[in-house]
Amino acid sequence: MGKSDQKEVGVDPLSKLEARSVHILREAYREFKNLCMLWSIGKDSTVLLWLARRAFFGHVPFPLVHIDTHFKIPEMISYRDRLALDWKLTMVYGENAKALAEGTTFPAGRVDRLTCCRLLKSEALKHTLSGEWPRYRMNHKTGRYDLDENREPYTGVIAGVRADEEGSRSKERTFSPRDRQNEWDVGDQPPELWNQYKTDFAPGTHVRVHPLLDWTETNIWEYIERENIPVVSLYFDQGNGTRYRSLGCYPCTTPISSPARTVKEIIEELKSGRLSNVAERSGRAQDKEDGGGLETLRREGYM
Amino acid sequence: MTNAVSPSLGSSPEREQFSVVMVGHVDHGKSTVIGRLLADTDSLPQGKLEQVKALCQRTAKPFEYAFLLDALKDEQAQGITIDTARCFFKSASRDYILIDAPGHVEFLKNMVTGAARAEAAMLVIDAHEGVKENSRRHGYLLSLLGVRQIVVLVNKMDLVNNDPHVFEKIKEDYSAFLSRIGVFPTGFVPVVARDGINIVQRGAGYTGKTVLEHLDAFRKSSGLDQKPFRFPLQDVYKFTEENDERRILAGTVETGVLNVGDPVVFFPSGKKSTIKTIEAFNRSPQNQTHAGETTGVTLTEEIYVRPGELMFKDGDTPPLSGSRFRANLFWLGRAPLVKDKRYKLKLAAARVPVRLVDVLNVLDAGSMTLETGGRQVERHEVAECLLETGRPVAFDLALDNPATGRFVIVDDFEIAGGGIVLEATPTEGGLVRDHVSRREASWERGAVSLVEREKAQGHRAKFVVLTGDKEDRLRALGKKLERRLFERGHRSYYLAPANVDQGLDSDVMPSFDRDDTRWRFLGELGRFLTEGGHLVITPLANAEEADLLVLKELNRPQEVLVLDARTGVWDSAQDDETVVSRWVSLLRERDILPDFMI
Repeated sequence: MGKSDQKEVGVDPLSKLEARSVHILREAYREFKNLCMLWSIGKDSTVLLWLARRAFFGHVPFPLVHIDTHFKIPEMISYRDRLALDWKLTMVYGENAKALAEGTTFPAGRVDRLTCCRLLKSEALKHTLSGEWPRYRMNHKTGRYDLDENREPYTGVIAGVRADEEGSRSKERTFSPRDRQNEWDVGDQPPELWNQYKTDFAPGTHVRVHPLLDWTETNIWEYIERENIPVVSLYFDQGNGTRYRSLGCYPCTTPISSPARTVKEIIEELKSGRLSNVAERSGRAQDKEDGGGLETLRREGYM
Repeated sequence: MTNAVSPSLGSSPEREQFSVVMVGHVDHGKSTVIGRLLADTDSLPQGKLEQVKALCQRTAKPFEYAFLLDALKDEQAQGITIDTARCFFKSASRDYILIDAPGHVEFLKNMVTGAARAEAAMLVIDAHEGVKENSRRHGYLLSLLGVRQIVVLVNKMDLVNNDPHVFEKIKEDYSAFLSRIGVFPTGFVPVVARDGINIVQRGAGYTGKTVLEHLDAFRKSSGLDQKPFRFPLQDVYKFTEENDERRILAGTVETGVLNVGDPVVFFPSGKKSTIKTIEAFNRSPQNQTHAGETTGVTLTEEIYVRPGELMFKDGDTPPLSGSRFRANLFWLGRAPLVKDKRYKLKLAAARVPVRLVDVLNVLDAGSMTLETGGRQVERHEVAECLLETGRPVAFDLALDNPATGRFVIVDDFEIAGGGIVLEATPTEGGLVRDHVSRREASWERGAVSLVEREKAQGHRAKFVVLTGDKEDRLRALGKKLERRLFERGHRSYYLAPANVDQGLDSDVMPSFDRDDTRWRFLGELGRFLTEGGHLVITPLANAEEADLLVLKELNRPQEVLVLDARTGVWDSAQDDETVVSRWVSLLRERDILPDFMI
């Protein structure tokens, strides 16, 4: 000891965030038998996917689950399938087939935005995770999706939420228990000490794991730049002066006006430019309809 | 919709980030200090100060800086970036993350969650009210959580007419308390947070450091690379996809530096090997790994080591290894920490059963005194205890290495307490032995004794454990031995460990790890089957000394015979029949298969 002024390696803020997230992913893999990772195709969960490859030395030893509302911007789906093939991912998707068939959706004009979110996302997620509704798994030989034989419920669910995204997410823990009904008790959450998390659960409960909780939107883009992670092209201005800052379903997500064409330009815009004062999800219409800052939806399992 | 966000939330890689937790008794002015820090360092969102002032004017309320924090919290409910627990401010030299820990005792688990992540702390004491219960409790918890850099703010000095005697008295009392628990704050600052006095701007006549100057003087923890190398083994990976042949030992380097070619030792098993490679995805090959890095290594000689072991460099100061230690801990559980109950200990990467042996001292937060311990530790109490683990665990003293010297205790699926290791103590008896003594004391026997059975069947009962490093071959050998003995007319039974994992172990004892449960069940089953007169044969590849001890203990009063393939009883060149024959003659030599029974 005593040589406290000596320069140490690997302690820049981004490397620290990365190390912590990798530790959390390995902890989840160690402790949960039926583990999956939610992949929304957005930048955050794509960084999470990359972190999994870092944690497991190029492998992703659990399935990636996407909830397909069938209103996603088409580029998102083609990007998803391309990466799944290239990176040899176990890719699974689920959906609310009933709501889609009956047209109880916002785009069909039958329900409001929040109800649509609840049906196509929360409900679909809940029943896909539990295995009650069909899951479709990518066949790497054909590049198409087959009905997944595996109906086991997932007891550990890794998700890419960040504390700084919107209010309710800032109250999350890294390992966050959910009861049988997928419900989240915001008021009574387990303590987390140092790098020890709640990894013990009563039968019948499951846990959400949030390795990106401490990351900010800027951190995400800085990491994408540092690691050269491929992200969907919708995040960049394609020439008409607009780009998406946050991705969702096309009827409820509008691009922002921004000329950023590269990751570098996005970082610049976030740090000192025109976006440093605008909320990230300002292009997401459903946020404005929920006075509780998505807390109601989140309690019911919305990601 | 344009919402204001606090500035510079991102980590500029150029600027240092530093996390500080704000603690203290409820209503001693934490929110006001935070409001002032945000406002006086120009870290508030644009127009926020004016907005809150205007709101106060409209509602005819006198403006308070504490409202700023409330306003930020309200905003977040509408979908903005500032969260309940954290806000951000910056000084000329670095960016701060300020963790606001609740002062109510009911929120103690939130307080420790926040403080466990901080690099330094501000502790606020109301000059008028003086040192209160949570001033002391929070001070003690900070020391247990490893937060060593603390500045104490004596707030509301105007309420005591800026009387220096009041300030000095609080400083004296509180310092005396802190020094008894080994905490030495870097300074005490008299402040009037409401007026911003000595927070960022120095008040008239004050010559000491302001709060912000104290914060700026705190150092990042450093020197971790210079400490002995410690690598808690988090997991062992063998991913077979894409013909990946690597067997990677994964974990985080807590302290020290490791190079390819370094000889390493694992505790508690004591196994040794040498570092072959340091692995990383999407990085050029590395020859070295440092403190703070999550990494993976491969070994030149493949040895069987389990997650939870502590890897260190051969020749470095070794960690301690044992099953009994003295610790300081705090308890958050709804149910008290009691003796004679099995809990789970998580220390670095290890997860082992643990029980409370003794309560040595309990801190009374009300009277500031340490009292001789009772039988248990109540919720929100801090105590010095003696703990014992169900099998040996490797650790350091918290003073030497905080990361490998601290632990949490899990009760009924919840993290119910945490603490630090003060001293290793010798073991007497042990958790398993106590369990077996109790079990045997109340064991109900059948009408036929084991002696009668053995006499009738012409051979003794025995729990025969086959160990070695080739699991598949051991299993084949075990079944052949079972068949051979059966054909000789003996009551042999092959007990497959995998059946225990899949059957008995499904959800019966979910709060203990699989390996631990496996030994327990095998041991208990062995006790039943050998009493029934059987020759029980179980292959346990790579069984460790500590595991075998547990089995032997659990099988008491009957004995276990270990046939270790690694000690030259056989070598892999010999065919199965030869090995089985040798084992059978060994059983005869040991009088387990006597020529005749008396």
